[in-house]
Amino acid sequence: MRKSNLKLNLKMESSAIPILKLKEFLIVSIQLDLHDKMAEQLQQDILRRISQTGAKGVLIDISALETVDSFIGRTLAETARMARILDAELVIVGMPPSVASTFVELGLSMGGVKTAINLDEGYDMLEAYIKGQISHTKLTATEEEKEAGDE
Amino acid sequence: MSKVQIKEESDIVKARSVAKEMARDLGFGLVDQTRISTAVSELARNIFAYAGEGEVYIETDWDHRKGIRITFTDQGPGIEDIDLALQDGFSTAGSMGKGLPGAKRLMDRLNIQTKPGEGTRIIIEKWLDK
Repeated sequence: MRKSNLKLNLKMESSAIPILKLKEFLIVSIQLDLHDKMAEQLQQDILRRISQTGAKGVLIDISALETVDSFIGRTLAETARMARILDAELVIVGMPPSVASTFVELGLSMGGVKTAINLDEGYDMLEAYIKGQISHTKLTATEEEKEAGDE
Repeated sequence: MSKVQIKEESDIVKARSVAKEMARDLGFGLVDQTRISTAVSELARNIFAYAGEGEVYIETDWDHRKGIRITFTDQGPGIEDIDLALQDGFSTAGSMGKGLPGAKRLMDRLNIQTKPGEGTRIIIEKWLDK
C-alpha cells in the first residue's frame, strides 16, 4: 500500500513537458498530444514554477497540437486565470488555423486569454504588457477588477 | 473498420488519432480532419466521464457514401433528455456542456439512440460527397 502511494506521488510530480525559464519568463512547448491528466498536471507544474521562480510571464506554444477540445481549451484558459492570480501573464502562441476555427465552431472562446501568432509576437506582447504594468500599476489594477467583475 | 476501446483517459487520445488518420487517408482536408478528431475527442470523453467505458468504431465505407462514420457505444446511464443534452452549456458531469452540441456542429450528421439505465449509441458522420 505504502509502495503504491509512493509510486503515485512520483508520477504526480511532473507532466514530462519541459518548462524553460528565460529571464523573467517561462516557456512551454507542447509537442505531444495531451490527454486530460497530462493537461491537468502541466497546469500544476506551470503554477509551481511561477511560484518558485517569480516569473512574470508564461509563453505556451501549442503549434504542434492537432486537437484542442473543450477540456484542453478549458484547462488552458483556467491556467491563464490562475497564473494571473500569481501575478504572471500567460500567452498562448502558435495555435494552428485549423484548430482555431474548430475551437470556435465547437462553441468555445478563449475568453480573456492572450494569444499570439508565434513565439516572437508572444514575447513582445509579454514585454510590452509588463512594461505597461510597471508604469500604469494603478490603471491595470482597475482593469483587472473590472475583468473579475465581468466574470 | 477500426475499433478503439475506451477504458482510460489515454484511449480518448487514441480514438481521435485513429479517426484523424483515417479521415486524412480518405482525402479530408486539414480543417475537416481537425473537426472530426475534435468531435471524436468530445464524444469519447463523454463515454469515459458518464459510462466509464465503451467502444468507438470508425468506418469509412457504408451505404455507398464516401465519408467517415464513427459510432460510440456504452452501457452507461443513458441520456434522460436528448434535447436538453444537445443544448449548449448543459452538463451533468461538471464539464462545459460543449461536447454533444459541439460535435453536432462539427459533423454533417449526429444520431443518438439512448435508453436511461441501458446505455447510449451515438453515430456521427462527415461526408466527402456532399
